[in-house]
Amino acid sequence: MTPRSPHAAHARLLDEIGAVDCVGVEERVAKYMTRSIKKASKVWGLRMAVSMTDLTTLEGKDTPGKIESLCRKALHPHDDPAVPPVAAVCVYPSMVRHAKRWVGGSRVRVASVATAFPSGQTHYRTRLAEVRGAVADGADEVDMVINRGAFLSGDFSRVQDEIAGVVEACGAAALKVILEVSELETYDSIRAASFLAMGALRPGDFIKTSTGKTSLNATLGSNQVMIEAIRDFYLDTAVPIGMKPAGGIRTAKQSLQYLIAVKETLGDAWLTPRRYRFGATSLLNDLLRQIERERTGAYQAPYSFSEAAESY
Amino acid sequence: MTARAKSRIPVTKTPKVYIGGAFVRSESARTFKISGADGAFFANIPQCTRKDLRNAVEAAAKAGPGWAKRSPYNRAQILYRLAEMIEARIDELIGSLVRFGARREDAARGMSVCVDRLIHYAGWADKYEQLLGSVNPVATRHFNFTVTEPMGVVGVIAPDSPPLLGLISMVAPVIASGNTVVALASEKFPYPSILLGEMLATSDLPGGVVNLLTGLRRELVPTFATHAHIRAIYASAGAEERRALRLGAAASVKRVRFADEAGAAWLEDTAQGLDAIRGFVEFKTTWHPIGS
Repeated sequence: MTPRSPHAAHARLLDEIGAVDCVGVEERVAKYMTRSIKKASKVWGLRMAVSMTDLTTLEGKDTPGKIESLCRKALHPHDDPAVPPVAAVCVYPSMVRHAKRWVGGSRVRVASVATAFPSGQTHYRTRLAEVRGAVADGADEVDMVINRGAFLSGDFSRVQDEIAGVVEACGAAALKVILEVSELETYDSIRAASFLAMGALRPGDFIKTSTGKTSLNATLGSNQVMIEAIRDFYLDTAVPIGMKPAGGIRTAKQSLQYLIAVKETLGDAWLTPRRYRFGATSLLNDLLRQIERERTGAYQAPYSFSEAAESY
Repeated sequence: MTARAKSRIPVTKTPKVYIGGAFVRSESARTFKISGADGAFFANIPQCTRKDLRNAVEAAAKAGPGWAKRSPYNRAQILYRLAEMIEARIDELIGSLVRFGARREDAARGMSVCVDRLIHYAGWADKYEQLLGSVNPVATRHFNFTVTEPMGVVGVIAPDSPPLLGLISMVAPVIASGNTVVALASEKFPYPSILLGEMLATSDLPGGVVNLLTGLRRELVPTFATHAHIRAIYASAGAEERRALRLGAAASVKRVRFADEAGAAWLEDTAQGLDAIRGFVEFKTTWHPIGS
């Protein structure tokens, strides 16, 4: 029987996957902020965070020239050869072919947002066409948004069918499903949406917190709910799903706290760019600044690094 | 009534440092004890670390563009307002100096000079540009101007004697031109600077323009010297410290100016003026073609 109200639909799904202990999650993540990571472990963590960064520019004013400088920074973030390239550049579909020109053939992948990012409010066939277009232009990864309207009104099969459709349209490209946690309101909904998305995904695909275009972005709390969902899903099905917090992660210190959460919840197997990413723009420069601080022993000025990505 | 007054538990103050417009403890949670001139314990003062200094520099850098963009006239008004705030609580400041051993007459004289000195630099805020800038004669058909710009974040290391007059005399010329300041208060007599922070917070000075740290010089001077984001240093320092500051400043390419005043010299008119403002501006020269 189809549930009549959104409330009944959510209740049935939560019965199946288990609800979230909000107070427990908040307490848990508060503990992550007290961990002290120093010296060699800190440098290791900072370099790991660089290698996990999806260096992003999603502005109406993006031009091929800006994409070129973003790509150069992605390939070669800093003079120090010990600093690895970032995981990917993340751009709008129309910029995929320009990005591909600069990073094609390197370790840096091209990710494209698609499906009428950031609202997703357009026809399903248009969204699918956008995904196919981005993949045809050479996108290695696609970042889609879920249909939040359908999710909130309890139409879960539609949410999941649409994700499955996009998976198919992606072909060989990896998919990242943006839940947009700020619009889901509760931890229970975030967990529910995570399970719906993971049910349609392949190993190596990701779930992602936010578009970065709303007031509230990724938090350690929403990250924790999602990585616990990934852990539970993995223990049930043996399908490893990746995670990408995005938006609002600006400092090296924050990124280390997220890595601690991953290490302590999912273990070392997820401490790789194949399974964990940061969607960020200004984070990269702060990471480089802290790496240089560790190398030289002196605090660095932000302007001694190549132009910050947020100014592209 | 008297019985109640006797049984009342004393309410003591927790001194906190003023960073980014907020009153905070040291991130390390460390404190050091200070005693009054009578030897009685007075308070636990935050023992700031290099991380507190780093946070203060971030706060100063954030406040910088907004402060530099204010009109010189507005900066003058705000400095004058700060003088008003200090004048209104001058007895409290004099009391805090006397508590730690200053003679009352000396403290009173020093505080009047503090207020007058702020007004002196308030006056300069919209006038120094006329004297430091210039129109330069050149051989080609160009207008050639030199104008000043603030340097950015400036570190101030205040003397022990006089603790407050020294601090104010060094901070005022630096902020008058649109720089922001991270200052280390006197190690021996930090309490008056904590009171000054409370007055800064109630003046119209935007948060982060002046950040006041307390702590041990030997812990903080090396970080002042090497921090690359601090563009210049204005320090009252001994020979050893001067060497450390010069070495660190050379490595991080920053300007260093030492205050040579000591003791009563801080009271004199020679301890103020355009020269201190000139020490913390950059000169920019622009060529502009003259139209046909």
